[in-house]
Amino acid sequence: MAKVPVQFTLNGSEKAEFVESGTTLLHALRDKIGDTSPKGGCHQGTCGACSVIVDGELRLSCLTLAETCSDADIRTTAGLAEGGVLQPLQRAFLDAFATQCGFCTPGMIMAAKVLLDRTPNPSREDVVEALSGNICRCTGYEPIIQAVLTAARANSQNAA
Amino acid sequence: MSLALQTFSSVKDANAALQAAGTRYLGGGTLVVRAANEGDVSVSSLVRVTDPGLSRIAVSGGKVRLGAAVTMAAIARHPELAALAPAARAVGGPAIRNMATVGGNLFAPAPYGDFAVALLALGATVVTEDSEMPIEAFFAARDGSRAIVTGANVALPGTDCFRFLKVSRVKPKGVSVLSIAALLQRAPDGTVTSTRIAMGCMADRPIRALATEKALLGCKLTPREIAPALAVAGEGIAPITDPIASAWYRAEVLPVYLGRLLSN
Amino acid sequence: MELRKDYFADVRKDGLHEIGQPRPRLDSPGHVTGKTAYFADRNFPGMLHLKMVRSPHHHARIRSIDTSEAEKHPGVVRVLTARDVPHNVYTILILIQVGPEDETVLADGKVRWKGEAVVAVLAETERAAQEAAAKVKVDYEVLPAVFDMEGALKPGAPLVNEYHGQNYYHYDSGECRKVRFGDVEAGFARADHILEQSYQSSPIEHAPTETTGCVVTPEGNDRFTCYTNTQAMFFTLDNASIILQMPGSKLHFVGGTVGGGFGGKVDVIVEPIAILSAKLTGRPVSFIYSREEEMQISSPRAAEKVVIKDGVMKDGRIVARKVTGYTDAGAYSRHSPYGAQKGAAHYPGPYTIPNVWIDTYCVYTNRTPSSAMRGFGVTIGDFALEVQMDKLARLIGMDPLEFRFINAYRDGDMKAHRQRTEGAALIECMQEASRAANWPVAEKYMAMSSYRKGA
Ligand SMILES: Cc1cc2nc3c(=O)[nH]c(=O)nc-3n(C[C@H](O)[C@H](O)[C@H](O)COP(=O)(O)OP(=O)(O)OC[C@H]3O[C@@H](n4cnc5c(N)ncnc54)[C@H](O)[C@@H]3O)c2cc1C
Ligand code: FES
Ligand code: FES
Repeated sequence: MAKVPVQFTLNGSEKAEFVESGTTLLHALRDKIGDTSPKGGCHQGTCGACSVIVDGELRLSCLTLAETCSDADIRTTAGLAEGGVLQPLQRAFLDAFATQCGFCTPGMIMAAKVLLDRTPNPSREDVVEALSGNICRCTGYEPIIQAVLTAARANSQNAA
Repeated sequence: MSLALQTFSSVKDANAALQAAGTRYLGGGTLVVRAANEGDVSVSSLVRVTDPGLSRIAVSGGKVRLGAAVTMAAIARHPELAALAPAARAVGGPAIRNMATVGGNLFAPAPYGDFAVALLALGATVVTEDSEMPIEAFFAARDGSRAIVTGANVALPGTDCFRFLKVSRVKPKGVSVLSIAALLQRAPDGTVTSTRIAMGCMADRPIRALATEKALLGCKLTPREIAPALAVAGEGIAPITDPIASAWYRAEVLPVYLGRLLSN
Repeated sequence: MELRKDYFADVRKDGLHEIGQPRPRLDSPGHVTGKTAYFADRNFPGMLHLKMVRSPHHHARIRSIDTSEAEKHPGVVRVLTARDVPHNVYTILILIQVGPEDETVLADGKVRWKGEAVVAVLAETERAAQEAAAKVKVDYEVLPAVFDMEGALKPGAPLVNEYHGQNYYHYDSGECRKVRFGDVEAGFARADHILEQSYQSSPIEHAPTETTGCVVTPEGNDRFTCYTNTQAMFFTLDNASIILQMPGSKLHFVGGTVGGGFGGKVDVIVEPIAILSAKLTGRPVSFIYSREEEMQISSPRAAEKVVIKDGVMKDGRIVARKVTGYTDAGAYSRHSPYGAQKGAAHYPGPYTIPNVWIDTYCVYTNRTPSSAMRGFGVTIGDFALEVQMDKLARLIGMDPLEFRFINAYRDGDMKAHRQRTEGAALIECMQEASRAANWPVAEKYMAMSSYRKGA
């Protein structure tokens, strides 16, 4: 089976690997590079658990081929906490009980992060829309929405 | 055999590679990669083109040229494409919209193809390397077509002329029960002078509501005057059945939603 | 949140320091940093992927299976059929003596539901396993199938499961679980009104975000480690030990965080075949359901039918209740005989009724085997009972909440199962509900208590 090189930055550090052609970014991250924070809940694009940020945009890593991400800047939930300090978004998920089994959480946090990066003071509707591609079967969505709104407030207080 | 990706810088070379059996074009991948993940082993090779021209949006003289690789997200945020934004925003969730392309949407089987419904109502033309055809002709020949679509040309509708509605069970994101797009030209007194109405999920691909279009001519958009047009909405439809809704259900609710779209 | 500590203050120490206080979950830090390890986060060099060839028919005899083309497919390491499984016919509840063994790990001679596992393909990549699975040829003779419980119980219906010999589970009490209390016919005879209604539900899938699966590694010395998201660790270990005919000491099961279960991960389905695969190939094996498998193959909550006949007096007392419950097990028992039995233990609901008759059946059909899900055997019953309560109240022109106060069980009441009620709190719950919902009831009901004089 033909192997192809893939090279990108993951959470700020350079990664290079050989993968089989046609390998999804999800498999490359989890099985080759060892970042298991994106989860495979469906491999169909429907659950959002595999969401990662590629060049600033939210993408489903299960439907993205690794080869198409050469030289990209990829961000995952595993790279969010800086020096072990939780980001306000992570803190808010923890405090608001927005995570139960946790399987959807890394994807939810990625979807929420791109929202807050672009829209620091989102409305509730903005949050609902931003999370609309992510399924949680445990917590109910309300604590998750509240967590994102709380994180937005915390961010703007920090900035002030 | 495994799945392999071939990358080309020109459409011409990619078109040549697509002649091989088991080969498919890769747009945003939301449908083809999904099928491969789910065990569809009929595709063994994906072909992609890196030509940046395919991702270009060019607006001029009331017309837009949408490159086939333009994403729903790019349309939704483009300042000059406000008329198309509701249809682009109706596709999937944010991550899907960052990936889903115009080209892929033209090929997406029902219940998908919401954006293509809008393109049909707007009378778009579909462009390949060596042809440009009306979108109806494209849909009619879609099954046998292997040529890469390079883009779509669309005349942008004036304000208040274009309406789009997607009905889904899950909000704000969900697969279509149906979608409807209507282009309506009206005389100053409000009577309809010309119209194109397209529907999604009423066949395996978007179709026109020809009988309804005809019956609307000369009508004002009041519940009473549009009633005869709604009564013939079911002519020529063959709705799909899937886990979202049965063909029967889709046919039943079509006139209701069509009525809401036209009369508000 | 508001805590009402005044109820039962005399029977309870007021030491509830944790209740009502927000406490962080111990596993949240791992969740929000993406560090929590789920079973599929383990990846081993040389790991094989298992894909199941499944029955496209609801009910069919298998004439022959030809795996030769699949075995030759590039990347394929091994193809397994029923012959390879040491103890192929099993049932999970055999551990608590609820037999007979009635389900095959891999189909042997017959398939009884659409999606049943027939052949397991092991290959170097998922793609190779998928391609090879498509090359397995199974010759089926399609048999008549039955999809509804009434049809399955009719004489002459196709026999779903030969290990039972009839289309219902045979309890030690006979064709169903039975409860007999008082004289239900006499109760109907003196009732002012009789209402008989039938309620039905469809199967419900748990749809956890993480699909069912496991990863198995051979550890040498014929020992295996199985990383799994089962909700029933020791049940799975013991059943795997039976199916593989291997002492449990050879099997090391590692659980951990489950990505949502809701009862859907208590069946023993993926682990035994994955361990067997690791044993026969000497390689790590991963068997993970696709989303489609999770939705179509994993056991749902059973479809149920509940027929309730009540005799009620004009003053609101229910004097007789007869319930016939049917649980659709699908093609195999799994947890359904227990679910149907739970139904018998749950009816007639939290009400004190002097004359009760209950029959609950566990029925076999050619549908996806059902199993546990949040309160199975009880949840659908409660839906039926409470809708029936509303209908009864309407029938006699009484407020539905007051009607429930009249019939609510209280301490000391004899239940249909001949146990005296203890620790009842229904009255108090309804009083609080009445306040919270702003649905006033007569003062005498607000003055009631679950304690009865002399109890
Ligand atoms: C979770 C989820 C939700 C979705 N929701 C919606 C929705 O709400 N509405 C909707 O309309 N769709 C929806 N879709 C379907 C799909 O995402 C869109 O239709 C999208 O526009 C398809 O585009 P793509 O670029 O991803 O297609 P791809 O998957 O790349 O391609 C799809 C097909 O079109 C062919 N193709 C693509 N581009 C070209 C081209 N330029 N020339 C020739 N052939 C081409 C491919 O070969 C393939 O056969 C959803 C999909 C998922 C996974
Ligand atoms: S695994 Fe990618 S969306 Fe579910
Ligand atoms: S916490 Fe379990 S799926 Fe969201």
